[in-house]
Amino acid sequence: MLTIENLHAKVEGKQILNGIDLDVKAGEVHAIMGPNGSGKSTLSSVIAGHQDYEVIQGTMLMEGQELSDLSPEERAHKGIFLSFQYPIEIPGVSVTNFIKTAINASRKAKGLEDMPANIMLKKIREKSALLEIDSRFLSRSLNEGFSGGEKKRNEIFQMAMLEPKLSILDETDSGLDIDALKVVANGVNKLRSKDNAVIVITHYQRLLEYIVPDFVHVLWEGKIVKSGTKDLAIELEEKGYDWIKEMA
Amino acid sequence: MAYTEEELKKELENKEYEYGFYTDIDSDTFPVGLNEEVVRRISQKKNEPDWMTQWRLKAFEAWKNMEEPDWANVQYKKPDYQAISYYSAPKKKDQYKSLDEVDPELLKTFEKLGISLDEQKSLTGVAVDIVMDSVSVATTFKKTLAEKGIIFCSISEAIQEHSELVRKHLGTIIPIKDNYFAALNSAVFSDGSFCYIPKGVRCPMELSTYFRINQAGTGQFERTLVIADESSYVSYLEGCTAPSRDENQLHAAVVELIALDNAEIKYSTVQNWFPGDKNGKGGVYNFVTKRGICHNNSKISWTQVETGSAVTWKYPSCILKGNHSIGEFYSIALTNNHQQADTGTKMIHIGENTKSTIISKGISAGQSQNSYRGLVQVHPKATNARNFSQCDSLLMGNHCGAHTFPYIEVKNKTAQIEHEATTSKIGEDQIFYCNQRGIDSEKAIALVVNGFSKEVLNKLPMEFAVEAQKLLEISLEGSVG
Repeated sequence: MLTIENLHAKVEGKQILNGIDLDVKAGEVHAIMGPNGSGKSTLSSVIAGHQDYEVIQGTMLMEGQELSDLSPEERAHKGIFLSFQYPIEIPGVSVTNFIKTAINASRKAKGLEDMPANIMLKKIREKSALLEIDSRFLSRSLNEGFSGGEKKRNEIFQMAMLEPKLSILDETDSGLDIDALKVVANGVNKLRSKDNAVIVITHYQRLLEYIVPDFVHVLWEGKIVKSGTKDLAIELEEKGYDWIKEMA
Repeated sequence: MAYTEEELKKELENKEYEYGFYTDIDSDTFPVGLNEEVVRRISQKKNEPDWMTQWRLKAFEAWKNMEEPDWANVQYKKPDYQAISYYSAPKKKDQYKSLDEVDPELLKTFEKLGISLDEQKSLTGVAVDIVMDSVSVATTFKKTLAEKGIIFCSISEAIQEHSELVRKHLGTIIPIKDNYFAALNSAVFSDGSFCYIPKGVRCPMELSTYFRINQAGTGQFERTLVIADESSYVSYLEGCTAPSRDENQLHAAVVELIALDNAEIKYSTVQNWFPGDKNGKGGVYNFVTKRGICHNNSKISWTQVETGSAVTWKYPSCILKGNHSIGEFYSIALTNNHQQADTGTKMIHIGENTKSTIISKGISAGQSQNSYRGLVQVHPKATNARNFSQCDSLLMGNHCGAHTFPYIEVKNKTAQIEHEATTSKIGEDQIFYCNQRGIDSEKAIALVVNGFSKEVLNKLPMEFAVEAQKLLEISLEGSVG
């Protein structure tokens, strides 16, 4: 689904990614771990197409198409979803209105009519139940005054609504207590299928107990220095990152 | 035969008439220039009674001795008032009885502007009084309104048929000497709307007027008078769309509202005059005076969405004369490219227990300048007056400006005045967040702007709110990047 080869990228003149190779197939869950500043969030921003990040070398192919040629919204239309580490506030725009606009924008790009209101409503009810979201929450302004947990839950709610092919969860576990973590993880698991893939970016192994990855990659200084199965995550939890650094 | 000097003069005068407005039946547009004679001719054209002609002449005399104000935070080349034609009418002068009689070309234009009368008639139940180039060409729903005793017609018609009512109220809220533009309007106003709601009547539909400047070089001087008699209610919509123009056009309207005891008037405006091109060339100058008076327990709400005009100078105000009266002002002013807007309101608290609310949302993009200017005045006898003001500004890019000039004058210790103000900028992170969800930048900006404007948009009648929302989007097109 997503094939990244020798990816180099910089932000504000500083090179952060130094040759990333990653191959994500449909149905798989990949975890990307690493210490602070190793380039985890940069990788997610580069895949999503943030304008501040510049690809200087390498390729990113999504179902055969080079992502660098596409605008952020075109990437979204192709089925790439990023759950933000710090979701943005948009005052006066309700959660419902926002997701409605997003869904219809993607539909329009595919040449489809707006989703009929009754189907939209049904879907919103279904997905908000999945994430244990209160209906009053849906009419609040997007992310304005949300708690950390509410913000993350809202991100996964949007993911559920948009049904992306490839979801990147950037530090979705940060700021979540254990109950919220379980709800979010449960939501993600229910959305998993043989047709979609998930990249989980995280510091800690904790989230991976609930979203079990097929592969774990360790990022250090903008490169994947070690890959393995979920056992690697457990090993990292026990030994920390230092031995990886030494190895690299 | 030798001419005497006197005879020569006479003949020349007559000659001038020949090539001037007297014989120029075809175009029905006055030549440029403004003098007493032009004022008389306008009045004559409209078959006005003598008191009206005299009223106009008095206004013209006053105007001649006034100076164009320059205190607003706008810069423009002052119009040459002698280079403007003060009267222009569509070629068909007759009042149409039904839509079938209206020139199909005209209807097509309205359709393009999204103002299909048929649609309005059947779908929205809005009675429309269209003013096209100064003469009313279509009035609908008159019958339904007439059954309730509601008068809704052009001001010209009202001057003919409801002369006493007009005479009693015209210029009582905005006197002819009120300001430069109001004086000019009083002298030369060509048409406008008149509305009277009888005692105890609740107007069953939104009354709507669409204005449009049609002929190049013609100034538009609309005059509107709305009277809500005791315990009545009316919601009035005013919308403007103007096609592209290369030269500056002057628009100086006057709107007077009278809410008698226990009455309520809601006055909503969507203003979209031609703002000029990207380089600031052309565009309408919109110098408007709008004011309403509230008697006991009455209420006036001004809601405006201002997206057009090159220069806007406009302060819809409320005189809260009666006890327990309420004034409200909800405004969205959007400026893009080189537009300049200086707009706000005045809330004059005279009666006891009077209340006013001001919500102003300014959106600036491009190289535009957007100013809020407001006055909250509490008179000595206005015990327990309350005001709440909120002025929010949203900036896009680094080349535009947002300014706030709130004036507060309080002469009664019991007054409670609150003022809140915020300024924010549309952030790249907001746009990227939307982009990532599949929403392109233009739509993302529209979303942020709509969210910002929501409090005011919610105050508009439903169908108007949708139109206004579209207008905000259209007005910001191309401002991304």
